[in-house]
Amino acid sequence: MELLLVFLIGVLYAAGVYLILRRSMVRLLLGIMLLGNATNILIFLLGNIVKGKPPIIEESLKVFKDIYADPVPQALILTAIVISFGLTSFAIVLLKRVYALIGSDDLDDLNTPEEEDL
Amino acid sequence: MIDNQIITTVLIHLFTAIIQLAFWRKTVTQRVLSVIGCSLAFLFAVNLFTKVYHGGILTMNAGNWDAPFGIVFVADLFSTSLVLLTSIAALAVSIFSARGVGRARMLYGYFPIFHLLIMGLNGAFLTGDIFNLYVWFEVVIIASFVLLTLGGRKAQLEGAVKYMAMNILASTFFLTGIGILYGITGTLNMADLALKIPKIADQSIVNLTSMFFLIGFGIKSAVFPLYFWLPSSYHTPPSAVAATFGGLLTKVGLYALFRVFTLMFEPTEFIKTVFIVMGIMTILTGAFGAIIKNNIRRLFSYLIVCHIGFIIGGLGLYTKVALLGAVFYLIHDIIVKTNLFLIAGLIRQLRGTMIMPKLGGLYAEYPKISFLIAIVLFSLAGIPPLSGFWPKIYLMEAAFSSANYFYIASLIVGSFITLYVISKLWSDVFWKDADTDDIAVVDSFKPLSTLNKVILVLPICLLACTSLFIGLNAEFIIKVADRISNEMLDTTPYIQAVLGHK
Repeated sequence: MELLLVFLIGVLYAAGVYLILRRSMVRLLLGIMLLGNATNILIFLLGNIVKGKPPIIEESLKVFKDIYADPVPQALILTAIVISFGLTSFAIVLLKRVYALIGSDDLDDLNTPEEEDL
Repeated sequence: MIDNQIITTVLIHLFTAIIQLAFWRKTVTQRVLSVIGCSLAFLFAVNLFTKVYHGGILTMNAGNWDAPFGIVFVADLFSTSLVLLTSIAALAVSIFSARGVGRARMLYGYFPIFHLLIMGLNGAFLTGDIFNLYVWFEVVIIASFVLLTLGGRKAQLEGAVKYMAMNILASTFFLTGIGILYGITGTLNMADLALKIPKIADQSIVNLTSMFFLIGFGIKSAVFPLYFWLPSSYHTPPSAVAATFGGLLTKVGLYALFRVFTLMFEPTEFIKTVFIVMGIMTILTGAFGAIIKNNIRRLFSYLIVCHIGFIIGGLGLYTKVALLGAVFYLIHDIIVKTNLFLIAGLIRQLRGTMIMPKLGGLYAEYPKISFLIAIVLFSLAGIPPLSGFWPKIYLMEAAFSSANYFYIASLIVGSFITLYVISKLWSDVFWKDADTDDIAVVDSFKPLSTLNKVILVLPICLLACTSLFIGLNAEFIIKVADRISNEMLDTTPYIQAVLGHK
């Protein structure tokens, strides 16, 4: 499982970096999303994956005597997913507006000359 | 000491934003509420500052979960000073916005989002939990996206694409760093991390992780190879928004760098060198960028970059005097950079443009306003005894005592170029005769009522007075910066305050 995740993270990071280096705005957005997902899985992986051991202390005990699944990384990932959801939806609307205004998907066309400054 | 008052500034801005949502279309009510909210936050920030200044570090455990298990808010002198400066800058911007932001933008929720942005900044300064810091950063950037695009002009949206891409990327780096840090230490509390990081056997992975933080915060604070999004976006939004961004947003990145690299990671010699090289290059590229710009706000954007180099270099020297100078410069810079963009907005009101060749003759027509602006420009350039002068002395002294002559040279070059562009701006905008033949002057300031004129000039006056206070009462600021640099070098009081006496 861990090894699979390691490869998955590697592929996602590589694909994300490749996409954000392209000039297309849509690919930029997809790349950012892939990087975000790769980071989430990285947190999941580094939080030590433990199977079938819920973090609940038995009634007769005061402390854990066994290893347990750490709930914190999942809380972190959940927060990060919610945040990236908000950011992504904003980014999609922004790119759609820019596309409607400029009529191009190319990042190099995003250069209003300085003469048009206020 | 536990004190729940430290979170009041965050709550005030939150509730101001919520109340303003109820008055969605009543922009006058929103303006009044905004100024009231910011004034209240200012009073509480002053109160918090005096409490921390006299009584030491205060903490608050969210939900009464003891540190390091719950989220903890910590008010040490560094955070509270920045909260206080933020509240001063926010008050000035909120007054200026009442007239300086168009009604159409207000109808799209300018004020609630402005308050959420300031709330995020306050939260980022006060939190003692690294993941919570990430969340506050996200609050800040999503609010700043909206403010940057509000109005939807073509240039604004183009700037926003670059700004958005770089900031989300920075957050991803930051989050990756947090993930690895949690994996190797098992904690997110910054004080707890400070105790656990030195005990990790393999310090090379710690250094690797610190690089993620360096890049993430480096993008946000606009240091040398990572700053290009700043000059291509900060000249596009309304000046009130640009003032908030220029004064405060890059500074929260700097705050995070200082916090992370003094409390959690003790910088190695290599990282210190990286900081100094980054500082030198930031100063030089920012300064040379400022020379060639003709638009006032583009010029100021490059000056922001240039002066961030001073502070980063101070962090790189990592001696007591250098940190003192860097913190003092940070204090001075927040106020003066906010003011510069407000001034740009005022000039736009006076003349309808911000392109220097088209401007001129302001001194003849508005001598009092020109005098006010001169004070600000002088304190930016660091003319003694104004506020930019003192921190440079300390940075210079620290660089001499650690024999770092490249940094000294770049400090001098940076200061001279700042002086040069400022005097060029002064002679172009204020002294030169206006070229009225082929350009119609649109003065939207003169027909305004006295109240509106006061609304536009008062915030600049307020910030100029703060700059004067910082410059003329430098002894007090040095005392504060001295204690902050002590807190940075000896983190035991911070850790004890957060984790109790262990």
